[in-house]
Amino acid sequence: MTRHFDEELAKFKEILLMMGSYAESSVSQAVQAVTERNDQLAEQVQHNDDIMDRYEIDIDDMAINLLAKAPLATDLRLITVAMKISQNLERIGDEATTIARRALELNTEPQLKGYVDIPRMAAIALSLLKESLDAFVNKQPEKARAVVPRDKEVDALNRQLYRELSSYMVENPSTISRCLNLMTVAKSLERVADHAANIAEEVVYLCEARDIRHEANKPLP
Amino acid sequence: MTKEIQSPALKTAPPAPARIAPAASAPAAAAVTFDVRQLNVWFGSNHVLRGVSLEILPKAVTAIIGPSGCGKSTFLRALNRMHDLVPGARVEGRITLFGEDLYARGVDATLVRRRVGMVFQKSNPFPTMTIAENATVGLRLNGLRQKDVLQERMERSLRMAALWDEVKDRLHANAMSLSGGQQQRLCIARALAIEPEVLLMDEPASALDPLATAKIEELILQLKQDYTIVIVTHNMQQAARISSHTAFFYLGELIEFDQTSRIFTNPKEKQTEDYVTGRFG
Repeated sequence: MTRHFDEELAKFKEILLMMGSYAESSVSQAVQAVTERNDQLAEQVQHNDDIMDRYEIDIDDMAINLLAKAPLATDLRLITVAMKISQNLERIGDEATTIARRALELNTEPQLKGYVDIPRMAAIALSLLKESLDAFVNKQPEKARAVVPRDKEVDALNRQLYRELSSYMVENPSTISRCLNLMTVAKSLERVADHAANIAEEVVYLCEARDIRHEANKPLP
Repeated sequence: MTKEIQSPALKTAPPAPARIAPAASAPAAAAVTFDVRQLNVWFGSNHVLRGVSLEILPKAVTAIIGPSGCGKSTFLRALNRMHDLVPGARVEGRITLFGEDLYARGVDATLVRRRVGMVFQKSNPFPTMTIAENATVGLRLNGLRQKDVLQERMERSLRMAALWDEVKDRLHANAMSLSGGQQQRLCIARALAIEPEVLLMDEPASALDPLATAKIEELILQLKQDYTIVIVTHNMQQAARISSHTAFFYLGELIEFDQTSRIFTNPKEKQTEDYVTGRFG
């Protein structure tokens, strides 16, 4: 017998995953708007952000209604985790919008240089997001655990790009506005990876009821 | 609200030298209220409780959950020897109350029930008695006659059951004039009047509306400061709200016993998970 509550949970998960796929495509399109100098894609990303904001509100609304039915154990963990995941997805949508806005500005000037690190950062950040969402769907805590340390790779690329762009600005002040825009794009991608790692940590909690956030920290006195 | 543990001896025979006076002379045993070891109960050929072992802690609420027919009430009733009253019932295993074997030869079941009070699902005040008479009936049956003492114990038990303010002006009204929730609190007062050490509650709020349920739950949380409470409930949220430990029974076996917070967020056993999420069967 399928319970009515299970159907509601399935619908709830489905909407969260829809939001997840919007987050993935927004980041991907925003980066393309930069690398392919495509204003249309940048505008599409801004439109998607409104949809994702709506999803966040809908998910919270559904979660409150589901919590009012007093779920327990895995159901309880699923609902609380889904609320946190949707918040992270919404922030990813915001970062994609930031990238898209910077793309529109970058596209008004000639391209500074061939983009190498930004597509690499985007590829890693997107794969972390995809893997954390896959781990959520398939309840794979090992896969989620593997995501968590990998945001460091994006952090390292961000630092590398920051140094490179800094020297560009010193050498040629006319590149400053483009360099600052690219720095912002890189910082946003670094944040996307952070949010993906947050989602992965939530997936571990969902599967194992174990909170792995800030594990290096000592407990409060 | 304070209560000294002054348990009467379980045996009617003259005291044996090693007899345990709870808390005072048996500090080691006082760490747990009930120590249940390999408890088995049969009704005729029907084996309804199978090898149950657990420890119930003092001044805490322990919830017993499980589907109908899983042995919850049978377990609860074994804790105050209620099965002695059922023809064909057989109890094996060992249950100690503060270190003292409840089923040892020579132990008087009536005295066990005086130390281990019980409140049932359906409130059952004596219908021909007043509120005051209901509250003191246990004391009078035990031979207490002094009016001033009866008066004082009646007021104390009604206050402990959070009923005094609602009934103090109509103590001589018939008990049946009270609402369902008030009748249940009167039954709790009646159980408290004889100053037990433990309160067993078999779904005490299942027939009550949310407001009356909230009052009973609040009362349970108050009482746990002085009493050991064991409660059978079908209401998972109630167990989550009031208990520190929860035992899950299924088909006469204890499947899982753990801190309530663990049982309701991350149970170890799949059967427990399926039950608390409502996916049983």
